[in-house]
Amino acid sequence: MSSVALGLGPGRSLPGPLAGAVRFLRSLASRPVGLVGFVGVVFFVLLAFVGPLLVPLQETSDVTAVYLTPSTAHPLGTDFRGRDVLNQIVWGGRDILAVAFLAATFSTIIAVALGAVAASIGGRVDTIIVGISDVFLTVPHLIVLIVVAAILRPTGFIALAVVLAGLQWSGLLRPVRAQVLSLREREYVEAARSLDLGLFHIIFREMLPNMRSYIVIHFILAMTGAIYAVTGIVFLGLVPISGQSWAIMLYFAQAQGAIFFRDSFWYILSPILAIALFQLSLVSLVSALEDIFNPRLRNG
Amino acid sequence: MSALLELDRVSRSFAVPAGRITAVDGVSLVLERGESVCLVGESGCGKTTTGRLLAGLLRPTSGAVRFEGQDVWGSSGAGLALFRRSVQLVHQDPYASLNPTRTVFQTLSAPLLRHHKAKRGRDVVSKATTLLERVGLTPADDFLAKYPHQLSGGQRQRVAIARALSVEPRVIVADEAVSMVDVSIRITLLDLLLALGTEFGVTIVLITHDLAVARYFGRAGRVGVMYLGRMVEMGRTETLVGDPAHPYSAALIAAIPEADPTITRGKERVALRSAEVPSLLNLPPGCTFHPRCPLAEPGLCDTAIPALLPLPTATGLGSRDVACHVAQRERRPAAELLGVG
Amino acid sequence: MNVLSVRDLSIDYLTSHGPVHAVRDVSFDIAAGETVAIIGESGSGKTTVAISLVRLSPRSARITNGEILYTNAGTTIDVRSLDEEELRRYRWNDCAMVFQAALSAFNPVITIWEQFLDTGRAHGMRDRHTVRERAGELLDLVHLDPRRVLASYPHELSGGMRQRVLIAMSLLLQPQVIILDEPTTALDILTQRSIIDLLRTLREKLGFAMIFISHDLSIAAELADRMITMYAGTVVERAPVRDLFYRPRHPYSVGLLRAVPRVSGALGAVSSIPGQPPDLRRLRPGCTYQPRCPFAVNECGDREPDLVPVDTPAHDARCIRWEAVAKSVGDTSVDTGTAVGG
Repeated sequence: MSSVALGLGPGRSLPGPLAGAVRFLRSLASRPVGLVGFVGVVFFVLLAFVGPLLVPLQETSDVTAVYLTPSTAHPLGTDFRGRDVLNQIVWGGRDILAVAFLAATFSTIIAVALGAVAASIGGRVDTIIVGISDVFLTVPHLIVLIVVAAILRPTGFIALAVVLAGLQWSGLLRPVRAQVLSLREREYVEAARSLDLGLFHIIFREMLPNMRSYIVIHFILAMTGAIYAVTGIVFLGLVPISGQSWAIMLYFAQAQGAIFFRDSFWYILSPILAIALFQLSLVSLVSALEDIFNPRLRNG
Repeated sequence: MSALLELDRVSRSFAVPAGRITAVDGVSLVLERGESVCLVGESGCGKTTTGRLLAGLLRPTSGAVRFEGQDVWGSSGAGLALFRRSVQLVHQDPYASLNPTRTVFQTLSAPLLRHHKAKRGRDVVSKATTLLERVGLTPADDFLAKYPHQLSGGQRQRVAIARALSVEPRVIVADEAVSMVDVSIRITLLDLLLALGTEFGVTIVLITHDLAVARYFGRAGRVGVMYLGRMVEMGRTETLVGDPAHPYSAALIAAIPEADPTITRGKERVALRSAEVPSLLNLPPGCTFHPRCPLAEPGLCDTAIPALLPLPTATGLGSRDVACHVAQRERRPAAELLGVG
Repeated sequence: MNVLSVRDLSIDYLTSHGPVHAVRDVSFDIAAGETVAIIGESGSGKTTVAISLVRLSPRSARITNGEILYTNAGTTIDVRSLDEEELRRYRWNDCAMVFQAALSAFNPVITIWEQFLDTGRAHGMRDRHTVRERAGELLDLVHLDPRRVLASYPHELSGGMRQRVLIAMSLLLQPQVIILDEPTTALDILTQRSIIDLLRTLREKLGFAMIFISHDLSIAAELADRMITMYAGTVVERAPVRDLFYRPRHPYSVGLLRAVPRVSGALGAVSSIPGQPPDLRRLRPGCTYQPRCPFAVNECGDREPDLVPVDTPAHDARCIRWEAVAKSVGDTSVDTGTAVGG
C-alpha cells in the first residue's frame, strides 16, 4: 500500500513524462517523414535560439562586397550592404519563431477555453461564442491584419503575436467545440456526471486529456499559419521594421530591388528556403503525429 | 415504508429529424431494496431510456421519479446530485465506459476523494484496493496502475462496476452489461452483480435483450417485458418465462433459438400476423402490438390502450401484471390461449 | 463428396510486437449441401479461418502453411494458388461470403438494385434483364418485396432486411458454398428467428453448403449438421451436432455449453469458464486450454495433444483426458429428456 503500489516508485513503469517521451520518439522513429520533420524542427529551433549565442551579429556594411555569390567566407553570399547572409539567417529565426509560437499558444488557449465553455454550457452562450467565431472566420484575415497593424503599430513580437492570435483562434474553435460535444456524449463522461465529479474534473481530467493529440496538431498548424501571416505583413512593410528576421530580409530584398541583380539569387532564396523548410518540417511532423495519435493504429 | 425507487407513469419523448417519438410511454415500476429486476425487450422498446430515467440521467417528459418517496426532479440541485449518485449506471460497452487516458487507480480514486469516502494517500489506495477485491480483480496491486487498454473486456466491466460501487449506490442499473463480453465469462459477471444485491442490499436492474440471461439473473426476482415504449408484462421470472401472459412475451419466448438442438428444433412457434415492427413515429392506435398479434380482436385491441393490470385467475388475482385485453378478459395467460409453453 | 477441404491451415498476423499465431493447423472438410458451424469466442481464430476461405484476409495476415481445396464438377483447385481474376470468379460463383448485416457491408450511395447490377456485371451477367429477373426471384425467396427493396438505399432498410438482402445477393451466382459470419448477431429475437427459418428453407431448396461462424451456440443448435469448436487458433473438437451438444468430449466445449443459460427446461448448473484465453503471441508448450481446464493433469503441459477420434469415428477431440471428460459429462440428452436415437 505504499507509493510503489501506485506505480510511483522506481520498480513500476507508470508512464511518466520521461517514459512518455521515450515512447514518443520510438514511435516517431518508425515513421521516416515524421522523423525528418522532427529533426528539422529541432534544427531550426537550435539555429534560431542557440545559434545567436555562438555567432556574433555582423552589422557592418561593406559596399565592396555587395551580392557576392556563395563562397567559403560567405556560404550563402552577401546582401545589398555586403553583410553575410548566413549570419542573418542565423539571427533572423528567433523573432519569427517566437511570434509563431506565442501566437499559436494564445490562439489555442482562447479556442480551447471558449470551445469547451460553449460546448459544455450550450444554449445561448454557445450561440454567441459560435457567432463571434464565425464573424472572425469569415472576414478576410489579411485585410483585417493590415488594418489592425496599421492602427496598433505593434512593435514587440508579443503584441504581434496577440494580434495574430486574435484572428487565428476562430479557426480552431469549431473543431474544439465539436470534440467537446462528442466527448460529452461518451459513456465515461456520463459516468463522471453520474458520480457527481464536478464540471472542472469533467473538463480537465476526463475530456482535455483525450483531446491532447488534437490540440497539439492544431497548435503546430497554427504556428505555420502565424509564420505565413507574420512574413506577409512584414514583407508588405505594415509593421515597424527593426531587428533581424527572415521576413525583414525579404522586405529589404524587395525594397532594395535585389530582384533585379542576377547575383542576388542566394540572398533572396535563403530566407525563403529557411521559412519553407521550417514549415515543411512542421507539416511533416504533424502528418506523423496524426498517425501516432490515431488510436486505431496505436497498439500495446 | 415507501419503495426505494419508483417510476410513476413516466414518459419520455425525443425530437428526431422526422418528428417526435415517445421512447417511453407511461411506464410505472417500483423497485424495493435489494431486489433484482430485469427489463427485456427488442431494440427500440425503450428499455435503455427507462434505465437512464431510473439513473436520473434523463428528465421525464411527464410522470414522476421518486427516490425514497421524494420526487427527485422536484427537489433542488443538491437532492438531484445525491439521487444520481445513489443510482449508478453500468454501461454496455466496457471499451467506451472507461476513460482511456486514466489508470484504474485514477478512475476509482476520483469519486472516493470527491465525496470524502477516502483521504488522500494511503487511505485512498487501500479503499481502491478494497473495491477491486470486491469485484474480483485480485491481486489488486496488479490492476491499479493499468490503463483500460491493458485489460480484457471482462476486467474492464469489473472496473466499471467497482467505479459504480465507489459512491456506495443503492441501485445499480446495468444496461446490457454482459452482452459485449465473451460468452464464457458472462455468468461470473452476472453472479458478481447478484452478489452485490445479496451482500450489500443494492438493488440491481439488468437491462437486456437476452431472455436467457434475464431468466438466469432474475431467477429470484422479477422480469418486465417492454414493447414500443410500454411495459406489456411484469412478473416473477419463472412464471413469466414458463407461462408468458402477454402474446408478445409468448412470441418472444417461442422464437428464441436455444443452445440445445432437440429443444430448439422442436419448439412450437407463435405465428405473428406481421413481421414488421411499427415505427415509433407512427404507432398503431390501441395496443401497439395488435397489428402483429395473433390474438388481436378488431374493435377491442385497436381502440383502447390496455392497462398493465394483475392477471385475474380462477383463484383470484395472479402474481403478474399484463397489459393485454384478451388475456385479461379470458383470465388466462396468452401462452395458454396460443397453445404454446 | 467434399466441396471444401481445409488442410493444416496456419495463419499469422504480423504486428509490431511480432507475429500473432491466429490459426494453427486447422483441418476440416465440408461435404456438398452440408451445414457446419464453427464456434468459439473472440480470438479463437474462427473469423480468420472463415475469411481466408475466400481470401479476403487483411494485409497483415499471412498464410504460413496448409491448403484450401475446393472441388467442383470433379476438378479440385487450391484456393491459395488462384490469381486475382480467378479469385474474383471463385468468390461469387463458387463460394460466397455473407458478412454481418452492418451498413458497412453495402455501398451507401447506390441503391440495392445497383448493387445487384454491379455484382452481376462483374461476373459476366451482361444483360440487365437477366440480373433484374434473378434479383427479383432471389428477393422473393427471402420474403422481400423486390420492387420496394431494389429502389431503396441501404440505410432505408432495417437490420433484418439488410441481412436478407445480403443473403439474396450471395445467391446471385448460385455458389456451392455460403459462408456466414455471425448472421444473427445484433438482430432482434423475432428477426433472428425469421433469418434462421429462411436459411433452413433456402438450404432445402437450393442445396448449397453452409459454413457459419458464431459465438452463439443456439444458432448452431438450430442449423448445424456438424460443429467445429475452436480455441486459441486451433480446432479442439469436431463432431456431429448432437454429439457436441449432448456428448462433448473436450473440456472447452463442455465449458462453453455450461456458460449459456437456457430459456426452456431446467435452468441447470450454469457457470463461467475461469481464467482467460492465452496470448497468441507467446504460446506455451502443451495444451492451450490447460490453465483453465478442470480436467487438467500434469501431462497436459508436455505437448499439444493431437486431434484424436473419440466415441465414434466422426467425433474428434484434442484432449488426452477425453475419457475422464466422458465419464464426468456422460450423455446430457438423457438429463434434459431430449434423447434422440441415432
